[in-house]
Amino acid sequence: MVRIRFIQAINTALREEMQRDDKVILFGEDVEASIFGDTRGLIDTFGSRRVRNTPICENTLTGMAVGAAASGYRVVLHMMFANFIYTGFDGIANQMARMRLMSGGQVQLPLTVIASYGGGRSNAAQHSDTPFAPVMNLGGIHVAVPANPADAKGLLKSAIRCNDPVIFLEPGGRGGELGDVPDEEYLTPLGEAAVVRRGGDVTLIGMGSTMRTTLQAADMLAGDGIECEVVDCRSLAPLDEATLCAAAACTGRVIVVDESRDRCSAASHIAAVLADRAFGDLRAPIKRITVPDCSLPYAPASESHLLPDADKIVAAATTLVRAGEVT
Amino acid sequence: MKGNLSPDVSQCLKLLRTMLLIRNAEERLGADFRDGKLPGGVHLSIGQEAVAAGVCAHLDAGDQIASTHRGHGHFLAKGGDPRALFAEIYGKREGICRGMGGSMHVADFSRGIIGANGIVGAGLPIATGAALANQLDGDGQMTVCIFGDGASNQGVLMESLNIASLWQLPLLFVCEHNGFCQFSPAATVTAGTISDRAKPFGIPVEVVDGNDVRAVWRVMAWATDHIRSGQGPAFIEARTYRINNHFEREHLVVTTPYRSEEEVSEWRRDRDPIAQLQQWLRDKSLADDAALAAIADEAAAVVDDSAAFAAAGTVPHANEGAGFMFAGTYS
Ligand SMILES: Cc1ncc(C[n+]2csc(CCOP(=O)(O)OP(=O)(O)O)c2C)c(N)n1
Repeated sequence: MVRIRFIQAINTALREEMQRDDKVILFGEDVEASIFGDTRGLIDTFGSRRVRNTPICENTLTGMAVGAAASGYRVVLHMMFANFIYTGFDGIANQMARMRLMSGGQVQLPLTVIASYGGGRSNAAQHSDTPFAPVMNLGGIHVAVPANPADAKGLLKSAIRCNDPVIFLEPGGRGGELGDVPDEEYLTPLGEAAVVRRGGDVTLIGMGSTMRTTLQAADMLAGDGIECEVVDCRSLAPLDEATLCAAAACTGRVIVVDESRDRCSAASHIAAVLADRAFGDLRAPIKRITVPDCSLPYAPASESHLLPDADKIVAAATTLVRAGEVT
Repeated sequence: MKGNLSPDVSQCLKLLRTMLLIRNAEERLGADFRDGKLPGGVHLSIGQEAVAAGVCAHLDAGDQIASTHRGHGHFLAKGGDPRALFAEIYGKREGICRGMGGSMHVADFSRGIIGANGIVGAGLPIATGAALANQLDGDGQMTVCIFGDGASNQGVLMESLNIASLWQLPLLFVCEHNGFCQFSPAATVTAGTISDRAKPFGIPVEVVDGNDVRAVWRVMAWATDHIRSGQGPAFIEARTYRINNHFEREHLVVTTPYRSEEEVSEWRRDRDPIAQLQQWLRDKSLADDAALAAIADEAAAVVDDSAAFAAAGTVPHANEGAGFMFAGTYS
């Protein structure tokens, strides 16, 4: 094991995959200087043929990723902030998600779109979104959301090797976070959730940025004698429904923690899946801890008030478990 | 006008064959639509065949084209299989896209036809990415993006011009200016001269009569030479005219006329690209009536065969779409 930062994990994944396959190219706005540090230094190793700074033109960048991928390259497009996915949405929603079916399976599009998502840093409403819902809904695109350096590296390597489009959403502001990463080569498969903590009282399901708060809450709850089963989705599309259902069945009480706005969130989709597939195992209604239907404000207290945090999870879990004891 | 090479007789006859194939195919598709044989609508390029034929005459199998919702002609001119085109538009499994794409999405990646597109202007970024791939491959291949005058008002045109010029990509922009953006005459929605938009980027441009196939061929000879010799992108604005309605369902949705009958019949009578080439060949004694009739018959026969092939095709089963969403493989 080595202990490395989130951005180093992403950087190493890119480096290893670019070394492995000459067809991997990386482009995006300022990928040389790299605002988040995740692509920094790659230009020195791989040169300006394969690592390119682009102009600011998101709709063209997403379309170009499709054109280059359809023409034999394995493209990594860095979109910087996830809100810019909206700016470049035609290339994503109408082209990369649609082209394989429209061509009757003629073309494969090995491409990965990286973006940093989420709030909590007073970046204000246009740099803080968690756009799980729009991308999960597209079909034709995988959505990977790492919560720690090890999965960031393993998921990104899988994404780059995947012959279908993948949107890789890294939790914003967490680049410096340390985590243990295996020394040897490994891949984290797309579409596989991980059970990261075992417990019999309540099941907490999180993804990406909410895993940290979810695990904090699990620690706090353990202090109160409430043991949590904790699942990290890791991929939102495809969603590992079997693992989520099994984890729900362990306790019969489920809380899904998601930084999306509540309406049509990842959490509401997961709740719908569990209601369909695990209804018989549930002892209480599924709870969602999400962001209310509000844009994220700049002022820190107004912003943090809206985001999922450990206290909200603890309160919800305690209510669920205590309600169960009364009846 | 740029370009000092002209097509020889055999090249002219080939251009005529291509244009007649497109014309026959589209007239048949129009009739098929009216007869209720097509599940969806079609956008026909009748009157615009010289652009497809003249442009694609200069492309090799490995060159790529990105096309538009009005893309049957581009598909055929780039060597797409007429049977597979018809079967696609009939919604059959034998279609080039297995009946999953239909008229607006005809594509044959094995022939460099990287997709018509139902999103106006969306071919521009895709072609830019394909041209980046050509540049990285470094094998002399190029990409052509064909787009309409309406598409020229999308911001992605400027974005693509910028990148193409900045990176000196082997990309040819072909604006197929047919005078209309859906039901709006171009002058009501488009300011200035479209090809002028490329000039500030240092991209050489040429405006050509898009109904004169020999002129289109000549300008293409210049453009492909410019691009293949590594001098970066070029831009051609081909002025033509859409004879048919915007799409074959137009009469059901548009009640106010946006152009005059006389204008349409004038173009049909005086400016038909096929009739003009036939006349020129006759005037120069390069082909007689019998030879020209034989070429026309040949095109009609191909279309008859293609339509029959499509009609006899199989219907995809109800759940066939799901299988085309993902490759499901890893490198
Ligand atoms: C993004 C987008 N906006 C609008 C439309 C509807 N639409 C289809 S074709 C068309 C006109 C396009 O004009 P032009 O680019 O000149 O091509 P033409 O139809 O003349 O061949 C429009 C507005 C669309 N398909 N896509």
